[in-house]
Amino acid sequence: MSESTYAVVGTRPPRHDATDKVTGRAHYGADFQLTGMLHGFILRSPHAHAAIRRIDVSKAEAFPGVKAVVTSADLPESPEQMVDIGEGAMPLSYIRGNMLARSKVLYKGHAVAAVAAVSPHVAEEAASLIEVDYDVLPCALTVEDAMRDGAPVILPDLRTKEFGEQTGRPGNVAEHFRHVLGDAENGFTEADLVVEREFRTATVHQGYIEPHATTVLWNEDGHVLVWCSSQGAFTVRKATAAVLDLPVLRVSVTPLEIGGGFGGKIRIYLEPVAALLSKKSGRPVKIVMSRQDVFEGTGPTPGSHMRIKMGARKDGRITAAQAYLAYEAGAYPGAMVAPGAMCVFAAYDIPNVVIDGYDVVVNKPSTAAYRAPGATQAAFATESVVDEIAENLGLDPVEFRLMNAAKEGTRRADGPKFRRIGCVEVLEAMRNHPHYRAPLEGPNRGRGVAVGFWFNVGLASSCTISVNSDGTVNLLDGSVDLSGTRTSVSMQAAETLGLRAEDVRPSVGDTDSIGFTEVTGGSRTTYATGWAAVEAARDVIGQMKERAALLWETDAASVEFDRGVFRAGGRSITFQELAAQLDETGGPVVGRGAVNPSGAGGSFSGAIADVEVDPETGKVSVLRFTAVQDAGRAIHPSYVEGQMQGGSVQGIGWALNEEYFMSAEGAMLNSSWLDYRMPTSLDLPMIDTVIVEVPDPEHPFGVRGVGEANIVPPPAAVSNAVYRATGVRLYRLPMNPVAVMEALWQKESEPGGGSLHSDAAA
Amino acid sequence: MDVTVDLNVNGRSTTVTTDPDRPLLDVLREDLGLTGTKYGCGEGQCRTCTVLVDGRPVTSCLMTVSRAAGRKIVTIEGLAREGGLHPVQEAFLSEGAMQCGYCVPGMILNAAALLETNPDPSDEQIVEWMNGNLCRCCGYPKIVAAVRRAAAAGALSRRGER
Repeated sequence: MSESTYAVVGTRPPRHDATDKVTGRAHYGADFQLTGMLHGFILRSPHAHAAIRRIDVSKAEAFPGVKAVVTSADLPESPEQMVDIGEGAMPLSYIRGNMLARSKVLYKGHAVAAVAAVSPHVAEEAASLIEVDYDVLPCALTVEDAMRDGAPVILPDLRTKEFGEQTGRPGNVAEHFRHVLGDAENGFTEADLVVEREFRTATVHQGYIEPHATTVLWNEDGHVLVWCSSQGAFTVRKATAAVLDLPVLRVSVTPLEIGGGFGGKIRIYLEPVAALLSKKSGRPVKIVMSRQDVFEGTGPTPGSHMRIKMGARKDGRITAAQAYLAYEAGAYPGAMVAPGAMCVFAAYDIPNVVIDGYDVVVNKPSTAAYRAPGATQAAFATESVVDEIAENLGLDPVEFRLMNAAKEGTRRADGPKFRRIGCVEVLEAMRNHPHYRAPLEGPNRGRGVAVGFWFNVGLASSCTISVNSDGTVNLLDGSVDLSGTRTSVSMQAAETLGLRAEDVRPSVGDTDSIGFTEVTGGSRTTYATGWAAVEAARDVIGQMKERAALLWETDAASVEFDRGVFRAGGRSITFQELAAQLDETGGPVVGRGAVNPSGAGGSFSGAIADVEVDPETGKVSVLRFTAVQDAGRAIHPSYVEGQMQGGSVQGIGWALNEEYFMSAEGAMLNSSWLDYRMPTSLDLPMIDTVIVEVPDPEHPFGVRGVGEANIVPPPAAVSNAVYRATGVRLYRLPMNPVAVMEALWQKESEPGGGSLHSDAAA
Repeated sequence: MDVTVDLNVNGRSTTVTTDPDRPLLDVLREDLGLTGTKYGCGEGQCRTCTVLVDGRPVTSCLMTVSRAAGRKIVTIEGLAREGGLHPVQEAFLSEGAMQCGYCVPGMILNAAALLETNPDPSDEQIVEWMNGNLCRCCGYPKIVAAVRRAAAAGALSRRGER
């Protein structure tokens, strides 16, 4: 689709860091060592909701090999403020409260105290000697529990914010907001068909393979040095400094390699605790989470309760839509319901819309971002209803979506008007894909489709490029590399400079060496840090033109640069030749790029899923899966495909298996990979990918971030496929064998085989 | 009670004095500094910590150090020879079969063990053998492609030897 005149962009060079990753030399969070280092262990609450009456650490402190013990009493006090924690801001008191519980524990796994000792095992044994007296309180585990009259109050100071105003009302609803477009009531009266359905999704975890790990030294000069795996060193610095009440200059964060994040390694959990242990012991302290710690003590994605109502005319035009989205925030406000509301109807041009969002506190871990946070739950609901309407109107599900697809100029209910977007192109690519037309034979098989949207973000990125005398360059940026962005950023610099990808040596800087750069998240790194690299490269070219002008005794404005060659007045010199003459022409050339783009172009994605449902066991097998996504411009197509495949598989896991299975007392009963089932290679078909390229008009290369939108459609596509296979629609995730069998039996027990869409008002 | 255990790791003999029930994973990482072997779950469920023991893939979080005594252990650090990468390492690199890279050492060692026993596996055999090595980033297609590529490269080099 792209008229590629590029030499580097769109090619597939090897990753700059690939060799270190295949030889085991790459250093991840837990691989870092310092001389004299101690090992920390965090004691966690066994209760989902309890008041802490007393903590006695004396036996732990006396245990041989223990060098320090800390509790919330060791955290500083400072005035309340909102702290930017990457994707959103949070009151400092909540961030501190999540680090080490103060008067109450709010979820099972809430950190209560920490021990530093000469070995991890000594620390763990000593932690078991800490005595905590709890008054166990009743808990609320879902939004429905927590919104009920008389529900246990989780945060006594919390007051509900409604439509942007403080109400002064206590309870577990942190916020209720509403977006309105047109007149929904009127829109529904125009409809020939209205379908309203209720949906629920379970809490799931990002499931990165590397547990959180950090090493912190509170140095004798009062400087706190952090080496950790995170999605953004500057965010770790800001949050750590805020919790410890230090100026950011006193905290330095060196990012190590990160073994997956998907949004879950933006918030911090360990750094201030390790810092306090280091301050007390005078030695560096490393803390590495266990898998159980990761499940119980970090931020999963919200479980949800949703209602979607949509109306359409017989001619296939959607006239109105209404959404009720209530998401579990976990222990502190901040469920990703706002982005869910931005995405819930984003694929459609609907004139009349009402969206109500509820951010609800429950006794589960404080939730965090997970790949297009909030959008996947919402799309499961919307895309199920859209599928049902298409079927009732006798329309092809892709054609029905195309008839209503959002395009340039479409206004979303939350405000923005779309600029150039690729929703139509994604749907056309789905319709034209051989998979969509391929026969699907055999009993209990069905094909489902769905689309999804993620708005993407820009935000601040910094990059410097230093020219070497042999014409190669060193590139330094501030973006932690989760997936090959060193290379996708370098390729954009190489293209601009007329170099090969391998002529660029990229590094990820620490907070002392590179300008502020936001987290690797929001599908922003190839987009925004790539843009910063282009700016840095342009700065290099501008400086090099001056050097050429000096050599040729002309003025820089008359020097032109194209594909690695400087030219003026019939003379020319290559980038490499000029790089060799920097010493004689004024010294080193260092280019800088610092950007903060605000209008990132969103990405649409689509999924086609074929499934087979075993009517005896309820097991759903995905037979074939095709992912389609608008990448704007695919800088490195292999990595774009990898993002699409990875997001699809996470979406399939969310659809079919993954869930926090909770006891009535609020304990997660499957906090291990023995019992929390993530997809393995045998669970999956090969994932076919189609990259659509509708360039973002503002980005130098047209890039749209591709990290997230791909997880949004799979649960709905799989659910729609299950419906086509069985005649039964599921309204709850995960669609595990128990849920599928229950739905099949329910259908059997209903008169006439009980079609579940019988209450659609025709 | 600590005991002294003789280990053969990456062709070198070494001894460690430690609790005999400690996981091999911890001894490799903490005592021998071989941090290429990664912890993922501690229960043998993700196979991120895979090493080769007498040529067979083993989850080193489950094997005690005393059980590993006297056997030939190969970690990811021991796979490259004489400065050159192992064909499976080359294939993962060429295929771009990684995103975060954390699962890659375990994947590569398991794939190397497959190609030792079955130099020309079908796609189904690759998927079945690699099943259980969790990757959360890639969704497996590129990993399967890398193993296929490594097998093809092995076949080519064998033809060259004849």
